[in-house]
Amino acid sequence: MAKLHVSTTVNGEPLEFLCEPHDTMLDALRNQLALTGSKEGCASGDCGACSITLDDRLVCSCLMLAAEAEGHEIRTIEGMARGGRLHPLQEKFLEQAALQCGICTSGMLVASEALLAKNPDPSEEEVRFWLAGNLCRCTGYDKIVRAVLETATEMREAAQ
Amino acid sequence: MNIVVNNKWIGQRTIRPDGVDKVTGRAAFAADTAMPGMIWGKVLRSPHPHARIRSIDTSRAEALPGVKAVVTSRDVVDFPLDKSVMLGIQDMRWMCRNVMARDKALFPGHPIAAVAATTEAIAAKACELIEVDYEVLPWSIEIDDAIRPDAQILHESITFQGKPSNIVGQLEHKKGDIEAGFKQADVIIERTFTTRPVHQGYIEPHACLISVAADGKTTIWSSSQGQFMVRAMTAYLTGIPQSDIRAIPAEIGGGFGGKTIVYLEPLATLLAKKSGRPVKMVMTREEVMRATGPTSGSKNTVKIGARKDGTIVAAQGTFYLQAGAFPGSPIRGAAGCSFAPYDIANVLSVGYDVCSNRSKVAAYRAPGAPIGAYAVECVLDEVAESLNMDPLDFRLKNAAKQGTKAAHGPVFPRIGYIETLEAAKTAPHYSTPIGKLQGRGVASGFWFNAGGESSAQVNITEDGNVVVTTGHPDIGGSRAGIANICAELLGIDYRRVSVIIGDTQTVGFSNLTGGSRVLFASAMVVTQAAEKVINTLRERAAKIWEIDPEAVKWENGAAHPASPNAGQFEPLTLEDLAEKAPMQGGPIGAGVQLNTQGADGGFGTHICDVEVDIELGIARVIRYTAVQDVGRAVHPGYVEGQLQGGVAQGIGWALNEEYIYRSDGKVDNPGFLDYRMPVCSDLPMLDTILVEVPNPKHPQGVKGVGEVPLVPVMAAVANAIYRATGKRFYALPMSPPKVLEGLEQPIQQAAE
Repeated sequence: MAKLHVSTTVNGEPLEFLCEPHDTMLDALRNQLALTGSKEGCASGDCGACSITLDDRLVCSCLMLAAEAEGHEIRTIEGMARGGRLHPLQEKFLEQAALQCGICTSGMLVASEALLAKNPDPSEEEVRFWLAGNLCRCTGYDKIVRAVLETATEMREAAQ
Repeated sequence: MNIVVNNKWIGQRTIRPDGVDKVTGRAAFAADTAMPGMIWGKVLRSPHPHARIRSIDTSRAEALPGVKAVVTSRDVVDFPLDKSVMLGIQDMRWMCRNVMARDKALFPGHPIAAVAATTEAIAAKACELIEVDYEVLPWSIEIDDAIRPDAQILHESITFQGKPSNIVGQLEHKKGDIEAGFKQADVIIERTFTTRPVHQGYIEPHACLISVAADGKTTIWSSSQGQFMVRAMTAYLTGIPQSDIRAIPAEIGGGFGGKTIVYLEPLATLLAKKSGRPVKMVMTREEVMRATGPTSGSKNTVKIGARKDGTIVAAQGTFYLQAGAFPGSPIRGAAGCSFAPYDIANVLSVGYDVCSNRSKVAAYRAPGAPIGAYAVECVLDEVAESLNMDPLDFRLKNAAKQGTKAAHGPVFPRIGYIETLEAAKTAPHYSTPIGKLQGRGVASGFWFNAGGESSAQVNITEDGNVVVTTGHPDIGGSRAGIANICAELLGIDYRRVSVIIGDTQTVGFSNLTGGSRVLFASAMVVTQAAEKVINTLRERAAKIWEIDPEAVKWENGAAHPASPNAGQFEPLTLEDLAEKAPMQGGPIGAGVQLNTQGADGGFGTHICDVEVDIELGIARVIRYTAVQDVGRAVHPGYVEGQLQGGVAQGIGWALNEEYIYRSDGKVDNPGFLDYRMPVCSDLPMLDTILVEVPNPKHPQGVKGVGEVPLVPVMAAVANAIYRATGKRFYALPMSPPKVLEGLEQPIQQAAE
């Protein structure tokens, strides 16, 4: 079967790629577009290491077909720091030691950013349930939850 | 040894050197690289738990367009069964058969052949075209089945009590007279416990990318807990000399012990050699669950006797651990660690290594120790209860301390176990009232910790900054600790220290990232290398000032005259001396290679609160405090992280995680949906108390911290569930159906 041609926007850049009909968005990001910040932990939507946003909606890129990106806007971990400046969540994860091995970190950050965009003042419980689709085996989540809550507070204060 | 105190960087929560790469997606993990001309490898795996392989026909696979190479066990170096060849704790006889089945397939998922093709899909298709003639054999997975007299034997060459057996190893620790000890007891409690196999659960599947040049020069890019282990095992299994193999450590996406052996690297090397193309192999999650790890399932009986005053007089443990397809279950951890926190006059602790038809066991965080501690710490809780003693007071009364001879051999040096008990007792958590259907449990744990081989090179750059190269994959922030130490010694800002993990051909031999040894061992070599560099810097300044090097001191990143008598000179900074280096003797740097000694064992005590939903059987951890003697927290953030991560894994092991096998011997839950690891909403905040009793044999006082935190958890949770429900559970996991079932049964008799 001929490859499909896809025109999309990734991290603000319009771009095109070719893919097989069965390729996932994660395959396209990692293998076609050399954006390997999104990770494959399970390929079944259970671990969240491949989290991206599709038109600002948080999705597992392993559960999305690459062809579905046509005409839409994708954001990945590679687009989170703007102009060489880290996002406050990225800064806070570093300050709080909210990562150990780092394999889940891309997905955690993308998911956390999506949460704060929707809910700038989440409770601990809201953070925990929002991130329940992102597995971390190293940290026990404690420092991740604290980092997200503190970033939310600081971002709210900065916005005032 | 002079321990550094009053310091600027040790103990600070600095930003880890590899941090920005890991929060921006730049860090390159095992599956994140590509090479020109790269092709893809796939493994054909046995569908049977036990089968003799009569023949393998790969001709149809080889004929498929796009297929570039096929390998089977004929291509892997054979290590005959009559002679053991050890690499660390791994026997190459078993490793060569684990990476590729030889005469028999021993578990569902056992590699039978491997294919490399231009796409993953073609490689997978080619695997389907390989014809294997199996003679299916009877099999067993559970310990009770594997040790029955009529059980099918996995390895006929291994005997136990004179007969071929699936009991493939035994270990015994003995102290005092166990019979006489129990005679002194006023109360004796004996219980039998079972635990299920649980997987290490690293989020990054095993992966590698390997190229072999026409002259045999091999480059391995893979994630593991030791690039030198990867090089050595690949050399053994492929026949390529170690000098020709450059093993580059990718960032590692979790290991927890599960990446201390090879699975894919020898196969990808053989495929790359045969095809002349770089070969990439990435396991699926299902392959990870079926064919790597997990730790042992177990069956254990523990009997403890104590006098009315609370003195434990005798303790006996019998630990049967599943090794899986090949010998090597962690009986040393189970039998050796479980009684170690206590000063008991009479101990008999025996471990049995049991082979059965599941994947070969791999190390998992304090291998064996959590299994043993679960049984022992639950029985201790019952003994304390029957004596009407507070469980922490009971442990305090019997706690091991300096001078205690442990049953596994050593006489303890200054240890911090009592301090962990006291800190737990005075922690606000321990005295906070709890509500209805809630319970509070405590438990302690011990792990040996390890030293061993490490190498480091400390170089001063031409602009006066620092590059440190060590040989241990950084699995949880060790580079941050090394940066702190190096900055401290050189008296400079930690951001001027770059910490690199070298590959096998650029840094000296360094043993595995395992045994909680990395910061302990690498701090030793880095400290010695930094001290050599400082001596060079003092000599250079002395030469410039034309005074004796002894009259120069190094302070705050610069050479100063040691005293007014030495003369009046402006300090020479690291930058000054680096700039002058070409005229003053050349490059500044030092390498150190050591077999480090003095890694004292670690102790922890945990407090766990649970709330049990008696309608649904769901036990929920609502509060947790982990107390541990960490020696010295060089970077407290990552030390706390080790404790919190270990606790989370233990809560999973206690409440949900287990391998479930189907009637055909296959794992029924080989994915994250059904193999239920804790998610964020399952857990509360995990509090930590770092007790610092410095290790006197270490320049910074470091003790290993990574493994102890998993050891006490399951018992702490089980003891808490008992306090909440009045029911003792003797099997893991205490998952909702099992808790419900237990709550419906009559309450069991307490003490004899």
